[in-house]
Amino acid sequence: MSSVLAQNHFEIFSLPQSYALDRALLDARYRELQRAFHPDRFASAGDHERRVSIQQAAQINEAYQVLKDPLRRGQYLLELRGNVLNDEQDTHQDPVFLMQQIELREALGEVRGTPDPLVALEMLATDIRNQYAELQAALELALDAGDDAAGEALVLVRRMQFFTRLQEEVQALEADLEDELF
Amino acid sequence: MALLQISEPGKSTAPHQHRFAAGIDLGTTNSLVASVRSGRADTLPDEQGRHLLPSVVRYAANAAPEVGQAAKLQAAHDPLNTIISVKRFMGRGVDDILTLGSMLPYEFIASESGMPLINTAGGPRSPVQVSADILLELKRRTESTLGGDLSGVVITVPAYFDEAQRQATKDAGTLAGLKVLRLINEPTAAAVAYGLDRKADGVIAVYDLGGGTFDISILRLNQGVFEVLATAGDTALGGDDLDREIARWIMQQAGIGNAVDHALQRRLLEAACAAKEQLSEADEVELGVVLDDGSQWHGSLSRQQMNDLLEPLVRKTLAPCRRCLRDAGLRAGDITEVVMVGGSTRVPRVRSAVAEFFGREPLAEIDPDRVVAIGAAVQADMLVGNKPDEEMLLLDVIPLSLGIETMGGLTEKIVPRNTTIPVARAQEFTTFKDGQTAIALHVVQGERELVEDCRSLARFELRDIPPMTAGAARIRVTFQVDADGLLNVTAREQTSGAQAHIEVKPSYGLSDHEIESMLRASMESAGEDLQARRLREQQVEADRVLEALQAALQQDGDRLLDSQERAAIETAAQALREVRNGADHQAIRRAVEAVEAASATYVERRMNASIQRAMAGHGVDEFK
Repeated sequence: MSSVLAQNHFEIFSLPQSYALDRALLDARYRELQRAFHPDRFASAGDHERRVSIQQAAQINEAYQVLKDPLRRGQYLLELRGNVLNDEQDTHQDPVFLMQQIELREALGEVRGTPDPLVALEMLATDIRNQYAELQAALELALDAGDDAAGEALVLVRRMQFFTRLQEEVQALEADLEDELF
Repeated sequence: MALLQISEPGKSTAPHQHRFAAGIDLGTTNSLVASVRSGRADTLPDEQGRHLLPSVVRYAANAAPEVGQAAKLQAAHDPLNTIISVKRFMGRGVDDILTLGSMLPYEFIASESGMPLINTAGGPRSPVQVSADILLELKRRTESTLGGDLSGVVITVPAYFDEAQRQATKDAGTLAGLKVLRLINEPTAAAVAYGLDRKADGVIAVYDLGGGTFDISILRLNQGVFEVLATAGDTALGGDDLDREIARWIMQQAGIGNAVDHALQRRLLEAACAAKEQLSEADEVELGVVLDDGSQWHGSLSRQQMNDLLEPLVRKTLAPCRRCLRDAGLRAGDITEVVMVGGSTRVPRVRSAVAEFFGREPLAEIDPDRVVAIGAAVQADMLVGNKPDEEMLLLDVIPLSLGIETMGGLTEKIVPRNTTIPVARAQEFTTFKDGQTAIALHVVQGERELVEDCRSLARFELRDIPPMTAGAARIRVTFQVDADGLLNVTAREQTSGAQAHIEVKPSYGLSDHEIESMLRASMESAGEDLQARRLREQQVEADRVLEALQAALQQDGDRLLDSQERAAIETAAQALREVRNGADHQAIRRAVEAVEAASATYVERRMNASIQRAMAGHGVDEFK
């Protein structure tokens, strides 16, 4: 069935198709749309209308999840502009970046051996957060500058993926450490 | 009434008729029903003025099921045929149930579909049927109190319930002849009862000390969206343990040994429970128990003494609280509200311990036994359309990841836990043999890597795939989770556009067909005329559809439809009007479906127009 919302994620929320995003506005419009299309609004409706409403609400949820995540928003925007994102591709990373990743991973591996592992982990997590924020700022420049900077944007997105995985590992270690402490 | 619902905010499209709705707390020990009357949500008592309905059903030979207090009184005499705590069996297989504990007196047999059945004198009963009997009792109570048929209900489920348990709960509602508008999480319902949904943001801890279980949930309220961040608990710790602790103290004081018969044990527990309740208000109570030799023991218990007795148990609830905070990635200081649920949270020491732990006074103004049902009633009232201007929006998340089995018994996650629902995810599959026309899918729920560590939800078989060379078919399978957390799977072969036929084998559930035949059987035994009931239902449905269509056409029919499209809709509507007063309920249903099919495009255009209206004035230009 053709979808009512046969539009891209940005169009659903009437937002400009750019990486820079007014988060408060996105949140407000998300709520506005869910209020209109959530299946709860169609609780006593016929089957067809309920089905359409579930599809709409699911699509609104999906669009919201993608746009609010800095990495997924970047990937989506690149895809919209006709770039093919491929995990296998683009393995020829900048050696300096790879070296830095190896060092961060080593630091993560050594956290347990430090006198206060939770403090050491928090410092590392802050460092990772800051570097991620820098990448995000660079990606905004590359995607919104108007020039054809897709190549650079692809590299930045790939780097953000590295950091996202690193952040997941930090969180997993934090949970383990806390479990052992209490 | 969907066609009518799309309207300018604040502009009502039709005169509204009040509909009866109820919220049901289907509990392990007790169940309750609540409804909004004259703008106030409250639980409904039975004729004797009792609000709590014990979740106990007895099936004697050749008799209607006994539900509630009457059945509970028989539990000791007739344990094999008196089903208690059936909630623990919902959505579970026989093997799961046997691991619950060796204490179960029931004789379980597995049905063909893997659904466990309990052998009773009244015949084999599935957990869904037992729950349906409890719901039916609450339905009767509600309809006689409100004086009319229920339009729909909201049933609460624990936040950690998986898809199979939710589906079983919804099936029980259907089997009881209820229209289940929504399943909502118990902690969410408690938060709604306190109107916390009206606050902008916050982190809410819901501390639920029930009769036999303890649950702690942490919810985040973010711009009207309730998200369950984490849940923890102890399935073997509850208010009953508090009573046992006090009973043990009485036994010590009265010099009674451990060998007490059932009747004395019962008297001791009753005295303990009464003392516990009185000490919520009083500083000291007098106790009296008739002993086996006919003599009477008298004593007194102070609140301080009781606090000391209960301290170890109260402490035991704080460990899951700590774990839950950690899972949510929060500290006690991040909690902005604490909500108390369950009768045992009336105990002052429980309240003060919770207040100390979270560093704030818990909300306890609403009766903690009734707060979940009350929240569900508020939501039900809104869902049937009694509050057209209400802004509340409850968005839930899926509590456990949904995945499929891949090569080597591994799971591949399709919808990760904590994703806001409804959600739809599509995945492409192909054939690995020439001419292959079927593919089997195994859907599981859980966080673990191995399929065997997750809960099996259902096996799907995609059939009627057009024969092609291996790898040429591209079957797009869409996994959709609705607002209740229930799964629906559809599949389409991409190159040919053929809709693959899906056969669902729920791992422990009932097929739609089984529910239908059980519904038929239960109505026949209740002496109801199924035909008459079906006809009545279809006539109501026909009237609803026609009324909604008429209002919609008046509003924007000229704008959104050309004359040919409009004529097609009018023709279908006229055909429906003609069969409406006949006696053939199937003909009415077919005519209703024809109207819905004829107006499908119209419905979508109205939705589209409504989006544009919602976003009107939000031009992209304004941000440049």
